[in-house]
Parts: sequence; C-alpha cells; structure tokens
Amino acid sequence: MKYQDIELLRFTTAGSVDDGKSTLIGRLLYDSKSIFQDQLDAVEKSSKTKGFDYVDLSLLTDGLKSEREQGITIDVAYRYFATPKRKFIIADTPGHIQYTRNMVTGASTANLAIILIDARKGMLEQTHRHAFIASLLRIPHAIVCVNKMDLVDYSEEVYDTIVSDFNAFSSKLGINDIQFIPISALNGDNVVNRSDNMDWYHGSTLMYHLETVHISSDHNLIDCRFPIQSVIRPHTLDNQDYRGFAGRIDGGVFKPGDKVKSLPSGFISTIKTIELNGEQIQEAFAPMSVTMTLEDEIDNSRGDMIVRENNVPVISQDLEVLVTWMSTKPIGSRTKVIIRHTTNESVGMIKEIKYKIDINTLHRIENIDRIEMNDIARMSIRTAKPIFYDSYKKNRQTGSIIIIDEQTNETIGAGMII
Amino acid sequence: MSNYVINHLKELESEAIFVIREIAAQFENPALLFSGGKDSILLTHLAKKAFFPAKIPFPLIHIDTGHNFPETIAFRDELVEKLGVKLIVGSVQEAIDEGRVKEETGADASRNSLQIVSLLDTLEAHKVDAAMGGARRDEEKARAKERFFSHRDEFGQWDPKNQRPELWNLFNGRKNYGEHFRVFPISNWTEMDVWEYIKSEDIELPSLYFTHQRECVVRDGVILANSEFIKLKENETVTNMTIRYRTCGDMPITGAVESEADTLEKIIEEIATTRTTERGGRADDKRAETAMEDRKKQGYF
Repeated sequence: MKYQDIELLRFTTAGSVDDGKSTLIGRLLYDSKSIFQDQLDAVEKSSKTKGFDYVDLSLLTDGLKSEREQGITIDVAYRYFATPKRKFIIADTPGHIQYTRNMVTGASTANLAIILIDARKGMLEQTHRHAFIASLLRIPHAIVCVNKMDLVDYSEEVYDTIVSDFNAFSSKLGINDIQFIPISALNGDNVVNRSDNMDWYHGSTLMYHLETVHISSDHNLIDCRFPIQSVIRPHTLDNQDYRGFAGRIDGGVFKPGDKVKSLPSGFISTIKTIELNGEQIQEAFAPMSVTMTLEDEIDNSRGDMIVRENNVPVISQDLEVLVTWMSTKPIGSRTKVIIRHTTNESVGMIKEIKYKIDINTLHRIENIDRIEMNDIARMSIRTAKPIFYDSYKKNRQTGSIIIIDEQTNETIGAGMII
Repeated sequence: MSNYVINHLKELESEAIFVIREIAAQFENPALLFSGGKDSILLTHLAKKAFFPAKIPFPLIHIDTGHNFPETIAFRDELVEKLGVKLIVGSVQEAIDEGRVKEETGADASRNSLQIVSLLDTLEAHKVDAAMGGARRDEEKARAKERFFSHRDEFGQWDPKNQRPELWNLFNGRKNYGEHFRVFPISNWTEMDVWEYIKSEDIELPSLYFTHQRECVVRDGVILANSEFIKLKENETVTNMTIRYRTCGDMPITGAVESEADTLEKIIEEIATTRTTERGGRADDKRAETAMEDRKKQGYF
C-alpha cells in the first residue's frame, strides 16, 4: 500500500442508541483492515467475558471504563483508518440528547457527516437533531445510511419512504450534498462491498463514496484571511532584522508580491516571502501553516489579521451569533464572558438572547431570559475591542467563536456568526 | 481550479505546527516532554519548523527512569546540542533514593508508573504550565478520547468525563492558578503517518528502530532486551536475536519485534503488513484493560 499523496477526509458519525453506529465503525475499520490482531483479541476476550454470542465490534470504540460498564459512548472518540485512496479521521459522537455539545464538537471540523437511521424505526426525533446539527455546523457533505436493511427484508419500499421523509425534513435545512445508501453494518451490505441483496439500489457503496466525494473546494479559496499567531524574531546575528508572522491560512490564496492590508492598523504592505522552515512557498492557502514576511516594517502582533487590500472582513464590536450552550450552568442576558475568535481574544457581554431553536421542530421559542446546556440560541454579543470576522456561511474559521467563562475558564459556548 | 489541495501528511504537519505555536503563544512556561522515542523526536522536529529561523522557544524535559536504552540518552544529548535547546532531566532514581517513591519488586517490576511522581515533581519545580507530548489517539483506547489541549487539575489529574469541548481550531488554554495543561500536537497522526513523515522529511532516529543483533529474553511472548535491569526467571534463557523496536520505552518493558528492516522503506513495508499494534509489546499496558486510563487519571503522560 502506498500512503503518500492522499487526501485527508474528516467525518463525523451521529446515531441514536442501538442504531448500529459502533458496529458500522467497527465494520469500516475491520473491512479496511485497520484493526490489528491484538485489538481484535482483546475485543473477543471481553465479548466472551460479558457472555455475548458474537464479537461485539462496538467494544473497539468505547474507550473509557464507565463507557464499557454502561455500554454507552460518553465522549467524542477519534478513530483512524486509511485506504490506498484516502486517510480518514472519524469523530465518533454519542447520539443521546444530553450530548448535543459533543455532536457539535465533532461536527465543527468535519468535511462530511454520516447520519444513521434504523430502517425499522425510520425518522426519529434524534435524526432531526443530527441533521439539524450537520446543517447548523455547515458540514459540506452528508450521507444518510439507512441501516439494518437485513431486518426489513431489504425492502426498497421501506428505504424509499425513509428517503422521502428525510428529504421533506431536510429541505428546510439547506444541506447542499446529501447521499442516501441502504446498508447493513452487521452483514456488511453496501458498506465496503456491494450488496447482493438489494438489486434495486444502483448507487455506490459507503466506502466508495467516502473515497471519492469531492472535498478540495471545502475551504474558502476566495477571501484571503491570515490571522497572526505569533511574531518570530530570532534575535541571532544572522537574522537580526528578521520579523516573520506565524499563522495558519484561514481563507484565500496568498502569494509573494501580493499587496496586503494589516488589521486593525490598516497599514498596506507587500508580501516579501511565504515560508516554512526556510523553504519558500509560492502559493499559500487553507489550511497551511506558514511564516510570512512583509516588505515594510509593520508592528503586527498576535490577534492581528493580514488580508487583501480590497477584500476585508467585517470589523465590528457587535456580533450576531447562533450559539450552542455547553455548560451545565445556565446563562442569561447581561453576562460578561470571554470571546475567542481566530487568534484573537476579547472580553464580551451577552447583550440579548433573542430566541432559542427547538431542534426537533426547528421552531423558534421567543421571549426567553436564559438558556441551558445543549440549547441552541440566537444572541447578540458586544466585544470590548473590534473583531475581524466573516459570516460562518462564508468561512467556518473566521466565522466561529468560542465563549469562555471568566471565573472557571471553561469553554461554555460555541458560536457561529450570522 | 481544484489544485489547491495539500496531502494528508502536509495537513497533519500544518495542524501540529498550528497547535505548537498556540502553546508557545498561550502559555508562560511551556515544555516539550521528550522520551527519546520516535514520536517525541517527530514533535521536536515539528517544533523546530514552527519557529524557524528562531530556536525552539521552550525546553525539552526528559524523565530519566534510569532504565533507558543507552542509545536513547546518546541520541537525546546529540539532538539537544544540535538544536541549541535547553534540556531538563527529571530523575526517577533520585526520587527512589530520596524515598518519595517505592520501587516495585519481583521479576516483572517496572519503573513505568514511578515516572508519574518524577514527572509531576519536575513540572512543578520548573513551573511548567503546558507540557506537550507526542501521544497519539490511535495508540490506545483511553488516548482516543484525549483533547489536543488537555486540562489537568492542581493535582495533575485528568478527568475524562469533564473535558473541555474543542471546536474548530479554537484552543482554550486559560487556567486557574496551579492548574496546567498537557498538549498533544500530533493527536491525529497514526503510526503509519509518523513513519511516512519521518521518511519524507528524512528525520534522524536512534539506531534501536532499525534491525540489529541483541541478547534477548522471551517472556510471555514478548521479546525483551537482556540487561542489568531485568531479572531472569527460572527456565528463561538468553538468546541472540535479530530485532528492532517499534516504540521506545524502558529497557525491561519494551518489546522488540524480530525484523531485518534496515531502512525506512522496509520499516514502512513491515508496518503495512503487520497485524499487531505498536503498543502490543508494552507490558505496562497489559496489566489491566484500563491500565492506560488509570495511569492517565493520576497524571501519567
């Protein structure tokens, strides 16, 4: 196998209790030969100890002691596998209602979401929630796997009903790319290998789709955004005047010679070099980490942003945000918090909570004075200093914030700027 | 134009460098935990790239169990010299001599869990508020749930059920007095990624990783190097074997594999066809199903 020059695809899996999510992941790992013998031996041993009749592949993914005891997944677990075509990172998130925050966490970095539906049960409240979160976090691609097809006699009719139910719901959401695949994770139908049991299905297998879905346009390549992480000043005799801006490109394509503007100062300069470890880079784009030097001496520091002269983000102290609340402590209006955006940080005030969204019906609940853990709400935030942002729709990096509790320093909210 | 794509190794490199730079920017006294194994060598290489042409702006910390391979120590000293970076050594032997920890006894005795005390002591003595390490999520099931920025309370403990959510690339390193962070920049790398990257960047490794002749003892199916640190059980014999190491821990607990791989190409080929995980030969993980989780909660790396 040759692993070089393959792309990385990050996907998240969301499913309800017992709809076979762990089995599906076990199947992908097993069929792509990503499970090692000693891992399999350990799982076989535990399955036997627990008195199971078959090897429970879900034991591969449940890592913590309390999860194994309770047979549920508590936290986001990350899994890895590779085929000759791609490397995959799975953010495996639990599906029950109290773990919306974990689903949001897993979804925030994903290119693709797998939404699992039990063919016997059809659309559930939890399916609505999973689809809504995928759309809220703007995961570019979704695959709806209708699982346990073996238990409904591989019925095309059952499958078609679920597909049309899902479409009826998701038309309100605005997910651009949705694929449907009938599968049986337990038997392997349409997971890696084509199923002989469903002649009526002419689409691709799950693995084929994961390997070929077009992800190169998932990053913003138009609006140049380079938030500065730190300034590199070697203070050595060879590099006395060196002043490099270290950071990761969040959008657009930067080239040496480009005229750029520095925020918040507004100074204009020209890119002298883009480099990493002394190697020159001709074109830099998301998500590359680079060091940039400019022709002019500009006093930039962490939190500043380098952009193109004629394409600047919004510069404002007022943010309209859709927030997922992640703390067990509820929050109301007029609360002081810390806002982190790109490499920038500011004190902020939650000015107003406008409404929260019932994630099962998508209805707005207005006139509320506080929100609780796992709520998704629209709020206005005022920051102490200007933030340079884009809408989340335009750029997932420059359009997102986290909210931090001033006292405990914990991350208490995740926000997408409207 | 769809040419604006970087391959998976470049993407992982870029992510790790971003995280390393965040550590340097967000903390006052960060340090890199250097074990001498390939993952911490890789991490050191990435740190060098992140700040070039400046030097790595934090020290390396090595917890010396006294049971290290001599090759590891020699390699460490050479690397530190080359990079011009500061090295801090925490000694388990000292902790034993001073009576702060008690050495395990018996043939399977190991200093692995004793490291926890020396590690926490060293972090405290140097007021380290962010200790970065080369742990990867694919190594072990408890590590699969680790964050990039992993919060530790004032006793150095990890609470897996109360971890901070991590979204997008926004890392929250804020903390209260006395608390610190463990940070894992190469969380998303697999063993194969590490080797592919080492090859593509031509990173130097200790000779232990390549095939060599060594006196060995086979215990419970694990090939261990014969050394002054290992007590032979009855019926155990020492044989000369052709081996190499996939990971690099203490001499008495790190299992070797029989191998003739003398180049990175051959090692990668070997890993692609192997059927056991690299920690499969680590006696420290085999003590209980949740051995790693238990040690991590106490402050193990």
